[in-house]
Amino acid sequence: MTSILTYTLKNLPSTSKWALRFSLRPLSCSSQLRAAPAAQTKSKKTLAKPNIRNIVVVEGVRIPFLQSGTSYKELMPHDLARAALLGLLHRTNVPKDVVDYIILGTVIQEVKTSNVAREAALGAGFSDKTPAHTVTMACISANQAMTTGVGLIASGQCDVVVAGGVELMSDIPIRHSRKMRKMLLDLNKAKTLGQRLSLISKFRLNFLSPELPAVAEFSTSETMGHSADRLAAAFAVSRLDQDEYALRSHSLAKKAQDEGLLSDVVPFKVPGKDTVTKDNGIRPSSLEQMAKLKPAFIKPYGTVTAANSSFLTDGASAMLIMAEEKALAMGYKPKAYLRPTYATPKVLERAGLTMTDIDAFEFHEAFSGQILANFKAMDSDWFAQNYMGRKTKVGSPPLEKFNNWGGSLSLGHPFGATGCRLVMAAANRLRKEGGQYGLVAACAAGGQGHAMIVEAYPK
Amino acid sequence: MVASRAIGSLRRFTASRTLRCPGYTCRNFSASSALLTRTHINYGVKGDVAVVRINSPNSKVNTLSRELQSEFIEVMNEIWANDQIRSAVLISSKPGCFIAGADINMLASCKSAEEVTQLSQEGQRMFEKLEKSTKPIVAAISGSCLGGGLELAISCQYRIATKDRKTVLGTPEVLLGILPGAGGTQRLPKMVGVPAAFDMMLTGRNIRADRAKKMGLVDQLVEPLGPGLKPSEERTIEYLEEVAVTFAKELSDKKISLKRDKGLVEKLTSYAMSIPFVRQQIYKKVEEKVRKQTKGLYPAPLKIIDAVKTGIEQGNDAGYVSESQKFGELAMTKESKALMGLYHGQVLCKKNKFGTPQKDVKHLAILGAGLMGAGIAQVSVDKGIKTILKDATLAGLDRGQQQVFKGLNDKVKKKALTSFERDSIFSNLTGQLDYQGFEKADMVIEAVFEDLNVKHRVLKEVEAVVPDHCVFASNTSALPIRQIASVSKRPEKVIGMHYFSPVDKMQLLEIITTEKTSKDTTASVVAVGLKQGKVIIVVKDGPGFYTTRCLAPMMSEVLRILQEGVDPKKVDSLTTSFGFPVGAATLVDEVGVDVAKHVAEDLGKAFGERFESGSVELLKQMVARGFLGRKSGKGFYIYQEGVKNKSLNSDMDGILASLKVPPKSDVCSDEDLQYRLVTRFVNEAIMCLQEGILATPTEGDIGAVFGLGFPPCLGGPFRYVDLYGAQKIVDRLRKYEAAYGKPFTPCQLLIDHANSPNKKFYQ
Repeated sequence: MTSILTYTLKNLPSTSKWALRFSLRPLSCSSQLRAAPAAQTKSKKTLAKPNIRNIVVVEGVRIPFLQSGTSYKELMPHDLARAALLGLLHRTNVPKDVVDYIILGTVIQEVKTSNVAREAALGAGFSDKTPAHTVTMACISANQAMTTGVGLIASGQCDVVVAGGVELMSDIPIRHSRKMRKMLLDLNKAKTLGQRLSLISKFRLNFLSPELPAVAEFSTSETMGHSADRLAAAFAVSRLDQDEYALRSHSLAKKAQDEGLLSDVVPFKVPGKDTVTKDNGIRPSSLEQMAKLKPAFIKPYGTVTAANSSFLTDGASAMLIMAEEKALAMGYKPKAYLRPTYATPKVLERAGLTMTDIDAFEFHEAFSGQILANFKAMDSDWFAQNYMGRKTKVGSPPLEKFNNWGGSLSLGHPFGATGCRLVMAAANRLRKEGGQYGLVAACAAGGQGHAMIVEAYPK
Repeated sequence: MVASRAIGSLRRFTASRTLRCPGYTCRNFSASSALLTRTHINYGVKGDVAVVRINSPNSKVNTLSRELQSEFIEVMNEIWANDQIRSAVLISSKPGCFIAGADINMLASCKSAEEVTQLSQEGQRMFEKLEKSTKPIVAAISGSCLGGGLELAISCQYRIATKDRKTVLGTPEVLLGILPGAGGTQRLPKMVGVPAAFDMMLTGRNIRADRAKKMGLVDQLVEPLGPGLKPSEERTIEYLEEVAVTFAKELSDKKISLKRDKGLVEKLTSYAMSIPFVRQQIYKKVEEKVRKQTKGLYPAPLKIIDAVKTGIEQGNDAGYVSESQKFGELAMTKESKALMGLYHGQVLCKKNKFGTPQKDVKHLAILGAGLMGAGIAQVSVDKGIKTILKDATLAGLDRGQQQVFKGLNDKVKKKALTSFERDSIFSNLTGQLDYQGFEKADMVIEAVFEDLNVKHRVLKEVEAVVPDHCVFASNTSALPIRQIASVSKRPEKVIGMHYFSPVDKMQLLEIITTEKTSKDTTASVVAVGLKQGKVIIVVKDGPGFYTTRCLAPMMSEVLRILQEGVDPKKVDSLTTSFGFPVGAATLVDEVGVDVAKHVAEDLGKAFGERFESGSVELLKQMVARGFLGRKSGKGFYIYQEGVKNKSLNSDMDGILASLKVPPKSDVCSDEDLQYRLVTRFVNEAIMCLQEGILATPTEGDIGAVFGLGFPPCLGGPFRYVDLYGAQKIVDRLRKYEAAYGKPFTPCQLLIDHANSPNKKFYQ
């Protein structure tokens, strides 16, 4: 697997986009977590506010997340998204015409289906009168899809929204070079044979060299793994710590999978292949095995390896979001309330909650080093004072409440679809474990972040 | 004023960086055995690796001074004697500087060549011991690693460098007229190959870490880190140390080998270099090139070639002897004294003597998007100053904005900037035709047409819209600032900023104050100029200020020489062989014949007889015929796009013939022609000091060399008089005075210096 990952990361550098600055934003997502003044009692208030519509998650599903280049490799992104939408329809029995709007997140766009939400919706049998749009915000694209849906409902424009996301890293758009494209476009405009011949005569062999999606983040020219390695070094996170964290993620994911806790997964019959029923990237290994790997990015002395990074993933997710009264009127038993905010340093403060109020943390983990660096930053007074404008540190989340059913490292990370998985994991964990509040946070390329409070729906 | 390419590289010297140096303690050490009272160097032990930290007290940079060297030897001896230690890491505790070079003052204090040679030998011995160390030594380089610092690094067994912009490696000795005298001429060719070593040592260029890795100058790179639990600079150095310690351990455990994989090209080059004939050809080629470029005026490059050659052809021992002897000889040359003087001068002119201005300039507005205006904009936006570029016409504005973009884009092509950085820098520029936003401007620099009426008009327009604190600076090469300020409501805010073209290449900025200019206004423009990366001289207002006033009599003499029938090519070759980077006739074309005419007329009026010699009529006729110099394609020469060797403009023959004056045979030898030009320049410069236009001789030298291309090997007019003797110059002037009269009359201050030989401009 190692080789697959490093190979692909090297060659399909598109991935790298998501690299940068994991550090700061995700930090700030959680930066709000002011050190708890005093332990509050478990009986918590609800976050509902008068005169503001409550918005609930009715249900959320995802098709199994697969390592790219496996069972989904012959498909197109809208195929995966359609499967997720159909899975949602099947699980919820929601009538298609009730859905007011469909929003999907995606990162690497297939140029033939640039509004992949629309293509998937039409294919899944939604009415052509139901609008659909696609959003992109790197790794938090699905979070953005949900947030947009919440906004539509809160403002009263919609009652029922389907939000989700999709990513297919098995196939990415590789373009002709700019010179070649220019020649082809000019050829298109050329009217006479002479013009055409003169254009063709300008052809050079190097026109044929292809253009891959960006190797490095556009604004910083740095690849994602490289950045994660530097981040880990900046916070002095050791290789061993990273490997241990990755091992924890894989072990917990395996346990959750075996115990059937990953109930948001819906099976997907892949045309021409067997039905896929579960995630295939979970691979608990041993620390000794992991220690053998060479660094994947900063060679020869870096600490980020294939084993402590998330892998390239294909997958799709979808979620049914409704205004609470609508859900109740339709006879649904919602799973959770959604209380999204951008990752301003105020998520918790705004909600009037503290760290101890949170029962389930679901953070996006792209690299062990990134998550562990975040913990260290949240636990540092110096960082809080210099980079978060706070007097004291936030405190890092208790590990026993953190990503208990595995995370992006082990379950996979289809960029555009991860956000919904995080929210469903939080909602399902709250139901299973009997907690009230979940905190979902994710970071994205370009130093952006997103955080959301999920409140369990009373049983 | 195309000027000084040779010296351009001096800019890289300014190693002084304003970085704070956080308290860095050695708390991680398991055994801090050797914390004696050393001031420059301390060390501790991590496991079996000694970490040697260099940190000169009270200085932003580490230099190889006598004290530092002796402490270093002490420390290394302890390390070699300690059985618990198996390897060592050398690292600086100062972010931004590993070792910036040898201590120049240490050299300057030497009285004889032998003394300098001895210094060199001590250095050689010290570094040879490092090279032969059986315990591997890793140099962990972050920041400038120059001169002696580089020689130290290449004596170590392994080098790891931080891959950031501050980390540069190089051998700038040649720019000071000396050579790498601590084994550098011997080790560098073996390490990077003879051609690359020559390139480094003969140009003195700085090499960035990533390039150094490719060349084999460093073995590993470490990426700089962002902020973590500590400020990023501090953590980056710590990280560099951690990585270096790992490598030191692995080296002593023989887990990694010191042999570097050579690329194909490298293998081929080193094979070729093993053939004596090829080597001889290379020496010959390099020598030829050096002779052509230096015109025999700079002794250092040839001695460098010689020292390298001796080492390769006759072995190390002979090489070391040759290196140290030549080092001693060079340090005593006038050229080296001149160049070191310039270095010191440059450091002085990079400081703001006028204190911190009350208000930081955050919003700058520039009037006129011509060559100068756009150039000023370019050097401002890339320092993060929000800049408005205003022009009267859209076409003019377009041209100016394109110039800025092109300037930035050229840096992208050279990989000095990323395209993203270019775009965000370019976003600091606003192009406009009106005065919108001027209400926020902290400073306005006008670079409009050189016409007093136009300047008056824009000054009034600007004063109507800008806030009270806003400074009005005029970019002019000759119009007196007090005349421009005469229509101002607030003359204390009016000042002159004389930039040199092309602004992004020329380092000098001449600031002109009137008696009404306030000190804070001066402090403010000096601060902006320094931010723009300029070397600054501040002079008093007067016709032609300092630079133009020195150049004008020399140009006038050029005209006379041309009228006497010497052809422009000859004039050019006479001036360049004297050390000017651009020939005098070409210089007229570059400056612009119309500008030269303006200046000649204005200054002629102001100074009368003393400025007469060549006829302004010559310039007038050229302007009338449209021969404005390079900008119109024709002047003394014909300029064509893409043609390298310019040819003489034959239409000039008629003009020159009609204005011909008979040459005076006793002052017309080649040497006389050269001295007629140079002595007038020097005399005028000294007169500027005498009249108080200049505050210090240092500023006079820096202005002449960096603004006008006065031969760097002479160090500037004042240094030149000091080194070669005032009497000789007075004698020359008297000789020409006898032939031509007043223009050559030596000024009183120069005569004073001639009369008392102990009197020097530099003590």
